[in-house]
Amino acid sequence: MEYKDYYKTLGVARDASQDEIKRAYRRLARKYHPDVSKETDAEARFKEINEANEVLRDPEKRAAYDALGSNWRAGQDFRPPPGGGADHQEFHFSPEEAAEFSDFFSSLFGREFHPGARDQQRRRGHDQTVRIGIDLEDAYHGGTRQIRLDLPEHGPDGRIGSRLRTLNVRIPPGVTHGRQIRLAGQGAPGVNGGKPGDLYLEVDMNPHRLFSADGKDILLRLPIAPWEAALGATVSVPTLGGTVNLKIPPGSQNGQRLRLKGRGMPGDPPGDELVIIEIVTPPATTETAKAAYREMAERLKFNPRAEMGV
Amino acid sequence: MTQIETRIDGILLDEAVTVDLAELTRLCGSSGRTVRLMVTEGLLRPSGTLPEEWRFDGIEIRRARRAVRLQRDLELNLPGTALALDLLEELECLRERLRILEHQLGPRRSREPS
Repeated sequence: MEYKDYYKTLGVARDASQDEIKRAYRRLARKYHPDVSKETDAEARFKEINEANEVLRDPEKRAAYDALGSNWRAGQDFRPPPGGGADHQEFHFSPEEAAEFSDFFSSLFGREFHPGARDQQRRRGHDQTVRIGIDLEDAYHGGTRQIRLDLPEHGPDGRIGSRLRTLNVRIPPGVTHGRQIRLAGQGAPGVNGGKPGDLYLEVDMNPHRLFSADGKDILLRLPIAPWEAALGATVSVPTLGGTVNLKIPPGSQNGQRLRLKGRGMPGDPPGDELVIIEIVTPPATTETAKAAYREMAERLKFNPRAEMGV
Repeated sequence: MTQIETRIDGILLDEAVTVDLAELTRLCGSSGRTVRLMVTEGLLRPSGTLPEEWRFDGIEIRRARRAVRLQRDLELNLPGTALALDLLEELECLRERLRILEHQLGPRRSREPS
């Protein structure tokens, strides 16, 4: 197992005072709290910070940890000294707490619980929240997604280990960015026959080549030719449900929005697709093209900057 | 040890899903008293007037769970939690607007005038 450098995790010196440790912990807890941080590894960092704090804030545990010596480096292969690192002491944790901590932590402080009256109680397992990236197409059509999760589990000997689980989860059609999907009973196992917790999947919409989602509405920038904008035209437009025809009104300008009612994400009511017009000029790389542009310049007498007074 | 499980149906927590006070309390691992205080603080906005009529939708469920975690992990008081939640939601909203606007601007093309 890997040695954990708890001082490095909290960014404090080995001789830091208890006050310094507390300050460092509080600052990092705010920064990496999974509900606050947008870092992708916030959940894992937050756990590490809590584990480091659990050891360093308690003078007895800190002493036991310090007794390992200061020559260890984070990530180095660690073998606990015979008899355990802290065999002369008793440390108490709730099973839920122990499940949160690393193998390194358990090898030092034990994973055995000392059943008191409270520990015999049935307790519900922890809820877990996991972020999943979903493609817009899957969100639109719904479907089944395979999700791999490392979830805590009680082994036959009552110890808590972890197990890689692969869940086939149904993605409900019309799910949008930031929404959660609740899977009842799929979280951490309960204690003493308690019910398991729930698993919450938080949806992160993957960036799409063409579309972006604004809630249930879908936005699309649609390139059109200057004459399509000026004269009006019927053009093919991609939507998540397939290609549809869109009528561009004559005299359309860059940045104008056209609404394709009900062509956004499904729902009741469904969202719309908002088409944002982007006029693209054809390149003037041939003599023919150059001649056409010159003719327009001469015959249209158009100053797009008239309102600027220049 | 890997084990592939059969298809699991989840519940999408959106505006269409609603739960009562008892269910919300269970979902966020909190007490009825805490939830009532959160409603008084304006942190949660259920529909219905009396506590026994309250219904919380999927968005409120997420808010309540978040509030409970923030309160517990960062030792915030209730007004502090409400403020943190409001600011976090505003931040998320702004990030979302920024993402959408950046998409609308399209790929940045910039050229020096020749």
